[in-house]
Amino acid sequence: MSSTHDILVIDDEPVVLQGIERICRGEGLAVDTATGGMAGLKQLERHAYRLILCDIMMEDLNGFGFLAEFRRRGNRTPVVLASGYSTGENAIRSLQCGAFDYIAKPFTADELIAVIRRALNYNSLLEENPEALTAKVPHVANFHSLGRVSWAASKPEGTVLIGVDDLFIKTMNGLRSVELAPVGTNLVQGTSCATMTSTDGLAHSIMCPVSGQILQAHGEAATNISAIETDPFGGGWLYRILPSDLEYSFRCLTSPSDPSDRRQVQQKEEIS
Amino acid sequence: MIRKTVGRKLTTAVGLTVVLIVSTFAYVNIRSHEDSLLAEVERHAIQVSQTVKSSTEYDMLLNEPSRIHEIIKRLGEEDSIERIRIMNKAGKITYSSDVSEIGKTVNSKAESCSRCHEVDPPLERLEMRARTRVFRRPNDSSRALGVITPIYNKPSCWTADCHAHPKSRTVLGVFDVVMPLAAVDADLRVGRIEIVVFAASAVLALSLITAFFVRRWVSVPVKQLVAATQRVAGGDFTAAIDETRRDELGLLARSFNHMTRKISEARLQLVQSDKLASLGRLAAGVAHEINNPLTGVLTYSSMMLKRARTPDEQEDLKIIVRETIRCRDIVKSLLDFARQTVPTKRESDINEAILRASSVVERQLSLSRIVITKDLQPNLPRPVMDANQMEQVFMNLLVNAADAIGPEGGTIALRSSAVSLSPVGVVQIKQAVCPKRHNLIDGEMRFEGKPSIRIKARCEGQEGFIHIDPMYGSAAHRHGFASDDQKRVQFVCPECSTSLVSEGRTCPQCGSPVLAFEAPPHGVLETCTRKKCGWQRCADIDAAGNREFIEIQVRDTGCGISAEEMLKIYEPFYSTKGAKGTGLGLSVVWGIIDSHNGSIKVESLVGKGTTFTIRIPVKP
Ligand SMILES: Nc1ncnc2c1ncn2[C@@H]1O[C@H](COP(=O)(O)OP(=O)(O)OP(=O)(O)O)[C@@H](O)[C@H]1O
Ligand SMILES: [Mg+2]
Ligand SMILES: [Zn+2]
Ligand SMILES: [Zn+2]
Ligand SMILES: [Zn+2]
Repeated sequence: MSSTHDILVIDDEPVVLQGIERICRGEGLAVDTATGGMAGLKQLERHAYRLILCDIMMEDLNGFGFLAEFRRRGNRTPVVLASGYSTGENAIRSLQCGAFDYIAKPFTADELIAVIRRALNYNSLLEENPEALTAKVPHVANFHSLGRVSWAASKPEGTVLIGVDDLFIKTMNGLRSVELAPVGTNLVQGTSCATMTSTDGLAHSIMCPVSGQILQAHGEAATNISAIETDPFGGGWLYRILPSDLEYSFRCLTSPSDPSDRRQVQQKEEIS
Repeated sequence: MIRKTVGRKLTTAVGLTVVLIVSTFAYVNIRSHEDSLLAEVERHAIQVSQTVKSSTEYDMLLNEPSRIHEIIKRLGEEDSIERIRIMNKAGKITYSSDVSEIGKTVNSKAESCSRCHEVDPPLERLEMRARTRVFRRPNDSSRALGVITPIYNKPSCWTADCHAHPKSRTVLGVFDVVMPLAAVDADLRVGRIEIVVFAASAVLALSLITAFFVRRWVSVPVKQLVAATQRVAGGDFTAAIDETRRDELGLLARSFNHMTRKISEARLQLVQSDKLASLGRLAAGVAHEINNPLTGVLTYSSMMLKRARTPDEQEDLKIIVRETIRCRDIVKSLLDFARQTVPTKRESDINEAILRASSVVERQLSLSRIVITKDLQPNLPRPVMDANQMEQVFMNLLVNAADAIGPEGGTIALRSSAVSLSPVGVVQIKQAVCPKRHNLIDGEMRFEGKPSIRIKARCEGQEGFIHIDPMYGSAAHRHGFASDDQKRVQFVCPECSTSLVSEGRTCPQCGSPVLAFEAPPHGVLETCTRKKCGWQRCADIDAAGNREFIEIQVRDTGCGISAEEMLKIYEPFYSTKGAKGTGLGLSVVWGIIDSHNGSIKVESLVGKGTTFTIRIPVKP
C-alpha cells in the first residue's frame, strides 16, 4: 500500500469532488476520486485506501449499496457516508450499515477534516491491533449504541441517559472541551447533539442516538470531561433526556443483547 | 341498467295486476248485466203465461175455443211476445198465436218439450228456473227465451161435464211462451263494448299513472343514486343526493350522503398526508440540488478562510461562510418541516409546557431587560394535547413578545386558568350545508381568520352574498347586499338556490325571517336574517351546555399590532421583521391550536402591548 493512496472520494458532483480534494491536499493527504458507486468499486480493485468518503445519493450505486458491497468483500477500512439529503434517518442508517461516521452536506473544511482525522486514526488503530477495537459493552441495562459514536440507556423513571462511545474519544486527538446544548432543547435522533473539541482545535459533532428533550446536561465541567475520557459509558454521560418516542428511537439502535436477554435484564432490575 | 330493470319490473307487475283486476271486473259486470236482463225477460214471460193461463182457464172449462184463440192471438201481437201456444200431452198444438201451426204435433224431443221429456217417464213438475230456456232459432240464429207452464189437472176439470179429462192424468198440457231476445242482445252488445272500452282505458290510465309514480318515486331517485355513486366512484366527492324525501329512498340518500362525506373526509386526510409526502419528496429533491453546490461554496470558502492572511480577507470570507451556513440551516429546516411526524396527543400538564417554553426562551434570548411573570393556576385539568407542539406554541408567542418589546425592556405576563364557558362565542361552526348538502363554508371571507358561512341573497333581480360569523351566537353578518327589507329578500344556497329561510319561523328578538341549515355535527342552526340582530340558536349546542377550557394568556408590553396588520399576522410568511423573521411563527401556532380544536384571540393597542389568549378544550 503506497502512501499516495490515502483517501478515495466517491461523489457524482464534480464540484464536491474538487472541493474535498482541495481540502485533503491542504492536509497533505493524497486523494483519488470516483464519480459513482460502480466507479468507486472498480477503483478499489486497483488500490487499497485508508479511508473512503462516499456520497449516499448517487445514480448507479448509492452509498448504502456501495458500503454493503465493500463490507461483503471483507474490507474493514473506515467508510464515511455523506449526503445532501441531510435527515436523521440517513445518518442513523449509515451507522447501522457499518459506516464509521456520517457527515451532512454542505460541510466546512474543518468539519470534514475533523471526520477525516478520526477516521484515519481509527484506521491506524485497526492496523495496529484490531482486537482493541471491539466494543467494551458495559453491563448497563437497556443499553443501546449508535454505531461507535454514541449510546443511550433508558432509566426506570422514564428518562434516558446519552453518552459518547469510547472509540469516538479514542480516535480524536485528545479531548479539550465539550459543548452541550442547553436544557430544554429538543434533540432529534441522527442529528448533532454535542460538539467535542480536540486538542488540535477541531470540533467533532456527536450524533444524537435518541430523540427527546434535554432535562439535564452533564459533562461540560472539567471534572466531567475527564470522566468522559476515562468512563464514557458510566460517569461520563452527556445528557439526561425525556425521550419523545423511545420505542422508535431504540428500534434504530443496536443492543448488545438480543431482545429476550433484554427482557431478562429488565426483570432482574424489577426484582432488585 | 339497474334503473331500467327496477322501473320496468315494477311497472310491468303493477300493469299486469291492473289488467287482471279490470278484466275480471269487466267479465263479472257483463255476466251480471246479461243475467239481470234475461231475468227481466223471463219474469215478463212468466207473467204472460200466468195471464194467459188465468184468462183462458174459464174459457177452457166452458170449452170455448174461439175465445181462447182470440186471447192468444191478441197477446201474440204484442212486440215483446213472439209466440204463445198451448199443447196437449201428446204434443199436439191446440192453440197458437201462429195460426199455421195449430193442429200440428211437436216432437217430444223439440226444444220446448225436451226439459220434461228427456227422461222416461217425463217429469211432471219443473222448478221455475228449469222451465225457462234460452235457445237459438234455427232460421236466423237469433236468440229467444221460452217459458213452459204446465197445465195441471184439477177437480174442476174432471168434474166438468164438457168432456173427459180423466182424474188419473196429472199434466193436461203446457203453455209455451216464447219471447224474442234480439233487443236484449243488442242491449248487451252495447253494454259489452262499453265495458271493454272502459276496461281498456282503465288499464291504460292506471298503467300510465303507475309508470309516472314509479318514475318519480323509484326510477328518478334510483337514477340519481346511481349517477351519484358513479360520480363518487369517479372521484367526485361533492356528489350529494337530494335527501328531502321522507321515504326509505330519502333515508338511503341520507346514508349515502353521510358515507360520501366520511369518504371525502378520509380522503382529505389522505390528500393532506399525500401533500406532505410530496412536499417531502420536493424537499428531498431541493435539498439534494441545493446542498451539492452549497458544499462547493462552503468547502472552498471555509478552506480559504483558514488560509486567509489579511483581516479584510478574513472578514469577507467569514461572511461567505456564515451566510452559506445560514443557507444550510434553512434547507435543513425545510427538510425537517417536510418530515414532521403526526402529533402524538396525550393528557398532559399545560403549565409544564409553558414553563419549559419560558425557560428555553429565557436562556436562548438571555432576556436581561425583559421580565417574565407567571401566574399559573395549579392543578389544572389535563387536556389531551401534544406537549411538544404546545411548547412550540408558547415558544413562538414568547419570542414574538420579546421581539415586540425590543431592547428597551418590558414585561411578558404568562397566565393560565381553567374556565367554563357558555357555547356562545366559543363554539366554531366548521361545517354548514344546504338541504342538498352543498357546502356553505367559505374560506375566502374570514372572521378573525375563521372561514365564514356564505349564503346568497336575492331581491328583485339583485344578487349578493351575506357572510355569517362562524362563532356560535355572535352571528355578525357581512352583507354584500343593499336591501334592508328582509321579508322581500330570498336567502338561498349559492349552489342550488334552495331556499334556506325557515318557513313560518321568525326571529324571537326582532321578528325577521330566520335562516335554518344543518351545521354538522351540531344539527340545525338557526340564524336571524337581519344584519344587526345577530340572534342564533342551535338546540344541540345549547343542550351540550358549558364547555371546559384551559385559557392561557401571553401579555406583553411591546409595540402592539395595528388594525391592518392584525388581519395578516396568521398568514404564513407574513413578517414585519425583515430577514430576522420567517413569518411562520404564528401560522404554526394557528395550526397547532386548530388541531387541538382550540381558539386563539389577539387584542392589541399600538404602543401599549399585545395579549394573545388561547383556549384549549379539556375534552377534545
Ligand atoms: N406580540 C406581538 N406584538 C407585536 N407584533 C406581533 C406580535 N406577535 C406577532 N406580531 C406581528 O406578527 C408578525 C408575524 O408573526 P410570526 O410569528 O408569524 O412571524 P415572525 O415572528 O415575523 O417570524 P418567525 O416567528 O417565523 O421568526 C410579526 O412579524 C409581527 O409583526
Ligand atoms: Mg415569530
Ligand atoms: Zn180441460
Ligand atoms: Zn344547495
Ligand atoms: Zn332578529
